[in-house]
Amino acid sequence: MVFSLDLLINAVVSGILIGGFYAAVTSGVSLSFGILDIVNIAHPAFIILGSYIAYIVNANLGIDPILTSIAMMPAFFVLGSGIYQVYYVSFEKRGQESLRGLAFFFGLLFITEVTLVLYFGVDYRYVEASYIGPSWHFGILDIPMRILVPCLVSLLLTAGLQIFLTRTFVGRAVMAVAQDQLALRLMAVDPIRIKRIAFGVSIATASLAGAFLIIIQPVEPSVGREYIGRIFAICVLGGMGSLPGTVIAAMLLGIVESITATFYGPSWAPAVSFGFLLLTLAVRPAGLLGR
Amino acid sequence: MSTTDLRGANDSPAQSAAAQMLLRVDGLGKRFGGFVALENIALAVPAGERLGLIGPNGSGKSTLVNCICGTLRNEQGTVSFSGQKLDGLLAHQRTHLGLARSFQLPRPFVSLTLADNIRIPLLYTVAKRRGSHQSAHEIEDRCGALLREVGLGDKARRLPRDLTQVEMRKLELARAMAAEPKLLIADEAMAGLTHSEIEDILSLLIRLNEQGVTIILIEHIMSAVMSFSRRLVVLVSGRKIADGPPTEVMRDPEVERAYLGQ
Amino acid sequence: MRTPVFLLVWVAISAVVFAGSVWLGNDYIFFAGYVVLQYVVLGTAWNILGGYCGYVNFGSAAFFALGAYSSVAIYRLVTENDLYGLPLPLLMLIGGLVSGVVGFGMGYLTLRLRGAFFAIATLALAVVLQTLVVNWDYVGGSRGAYIIRPERIEPIGNYIQYLFLLMMALAVGALTIARLIEHSRLGYGFASIRDDELAAEASGVPTLRLKLIATTISGALMGMAGAPFPYYIGYLQPSSTFGLDYAVNSIAMPLIGGTTSWVGPLIGALLLGSLQQIATVTISSAVNLLIVGCLLVIFVVIAPNGIVGLVHTYLQRKPEDFVGRRRVEAEMPGKVP
Repeated sequence: MVFSLDLLINAVVSGILIGGFYAAVTSGVSLSFGILDIVNIAHPAFIILGSYIAYIVNANLGIDPILTSIAMMPAFFVLGSGIYQVYYVSFEKRGQESLRGLAFFFGLLFITEVTLVLYFGVDYRYVEASYIGPSWHFGILDIPMRILVPCLVSLLLTAGLQIFLTRTFVGRAVMAVAQDQLALRLMAVDPIRIKRIAFGVSIATASLAGAFLIIIQPVEPSVGREYIGRIFAICVLGGMGSLPGTVIAAMLLGIVESITATFYGPSWAPAVSFGFLLLTLAVRPAGLLGR
Repeated sequence: MSTTDLRGANDSPAQSAAAQMLLRVDGLGKRFGGFVALENIALAVPAGERLGLIGPNGSGKSTLVNCICGTLRNEQGTVSFSGQKLDGLLAHQRTHLGLARSFQLPRPFVSLTLADNIRIPLLYTVAKRRGSHQSAHEIEDRCGALLREVGLGDKARRLPRDLTQVEMRKLELARAMAAEPKLLIADEAMAGLTHSEIEDILSLLIRLNEQGVTIILIEHIMSAVMSFSRRLVVLVSGRKIADGPPTEVMRDPEVERAYLGQ
Repeated sequence: MRTPVFLLVWVAISAVVFAGSVWLGNDYIFFAGYVVLQYVVLGTAWNILGGYCGYVNFGSAAFFALGAYSSVAIYRLVTENDLYGLPLPLLMLIGGLVSGVVGFGMGYLTLRLRGAFFAIATLALAVVLQTLVVNWDYVGGSRGAYIIRPERIEPIGNYIQYLFLLMMALAVGALTIARLIEHSRLGYGFASIRDDELAAEASGVPTLRLKLIATTISGALMGMAGAPFPYYIGYLQPSSTFGLDYAVNSIAMPLIGGTTSWVGPLIGALLLGSLQQIATVTISSAVNLLIVGCLLVIFVVIAPNGIVGLVHTYLQRKPEDFVGRRRVEAEMPGKVP
């Protein structure tokens, strides 16, 4: 391990940028888990799905992955809405979320991963775009564009989501449904419809996050599993539903992971997010009644 | 805020008087984020008391019960039971000490029969206390007896989902009674009951009290509260505003204001 | 039926099965049967924490692999230092101990929180343990580890027959433990935690302690199932040992079979395990995993109480169930002592 200031600063900056990307990845779960209390552990699977769709379009038509993913967002929204409807009827209504609801999402995660393996095999896939490759040199900083661009768009996505939640009627209804469903009903708003929309939005963000992912790193079906620990660690640390908190927590995790990878080797990265997860869970003695 | 506190137990100079209190709550405070649910609650309940706890919806009655029983953690103040401070004790430990409560919204064990619902506190609280092994037969008998006391004897083999809301409240009460408590807190056990059913539950509670169980009754049904309580405590917006004999408390202008508005 | 009788019945059944397999003379039965029995153990172990207590463990592979890798570590220790090898049953106990301790430790950190957090933590645990093993050269790291196993063990016969017998014994043990729990005070406590943890606490159930017991027993059994695995497979690789198929199978089998009693995981494992063995040979192993995943989702949505629940509904059909729009949701009746 050679310690040098150059390496450290680059690691930190790289961590911040990756953190921006992690924030986009987690923002969907901040919505579904932090606000709606739905433990969708299959979220990474949808992200990978987004990655593969971006890959197919990019490989065959040469279209930029981010553009593809934005175009796919409506489809992902519909998918998310449909899944929530099944989840609601089968589990939430019966109060079975904690066991069977979890198993349901796990099944979805599994099915998605195995189906992708069957179709695409376990080879790593990557996309081509003009900003993948060149780096931006700024003094001692060496910033790859393929990380910078997704980070910037991620922050845009997160900001957009925040505006949606705080400024639009539907968005505020989503926040309200987490707090008081009865009051919402009294305002003639159907909480189930609101949750359906919210979950749809959550999955729609996965489409975009998938494009970011495959820009930043080559993707194969099991990559999603690495992100489960990261996503939930960031969600909990960021305050369960607070998007600004998610961004900060994501960057924190990004920095710690980056420094670990630079000085101890990349094979320890999964352990970092787990450590984070355990730490955040230990620090929040929320117990049974709290969140 | 003045309190019509005729007992003055909290400021009693003699420590021995305090030690006779079965339940002592001192300066209890509980917040949820920025919302203050309970503020500076002081309460002293001697053994054998029949205490009524009333207040408008949202005044913090159930929160107080949760804090006393350990389901929630209060940030400020202490709760003492039989002279022992309950700080840091988990809910099940408090139940073992002799505190039992029924939940305002019934929380039955949905996959277990009514008899098995009653069996749980028998197995985990009563057995722990006695130390000795009760035979399966004894436990079975006790389950049946408790269910009969609340009028659910013929439904022992049924599941909670077959019960009406009213029957579920009775099950709640029976389950709390099964823990053989020294202090039983009945949280709105009578909501939705008919007049004769209310009478049944009241006489049940009075019987329990005569057997030595201290009872805190949380209710909105004023006739029941007035006839049952020897002492009345009023909670409004997280504060205790009255504490004394029922007739005097009901005449307190502040209590009138709380219920009837300005 | 009292527990000793239960145990004897199953020992007798096992003896018959074993004798029959030996008589049939095809070693494949033992190879396939070992995997099915392994799943009986994993499914039963998972169900003790999942079905009885309601806490989902996604990291079955981690506990299984811990058992396997303890065996590998001990094997290395023994061969490098020319020590006398440890018999498999002892290795199983050690594997169980290691996994049990890890289960306890992880439970202690996460069981005070909501079930969802525990579940997520188990998923993360699997990833982390895999990372640790991949980076630990002593047990082969990412290259994998070889175990050389003897050809025969007298007086039983082929080594594979010996492994089969061991796994069968473990399966019977696991079923007996599960049944013992079900009919004991512990079983009632577990059920109360599953149904309403808050009410259970208020009724005097020491929920954390019981959950820790469940996690430890569950983890230990999984570790015991994993300990002979290196000897079965000969070459151990982290990617397959920590594979998601262990996680999905140990969840799918109890959920499909039925979670409320020991029968469910047994049925689930026998059915699904055999199905997968057939599918692996006839179609492909990836497709058979897909089938398991789909079955899991379908059953969880449509038949929440599994096959056992379906059978129960069918047997309990009363005329009034067909009147009106009342849907019968089957649930196992409460336990009768």
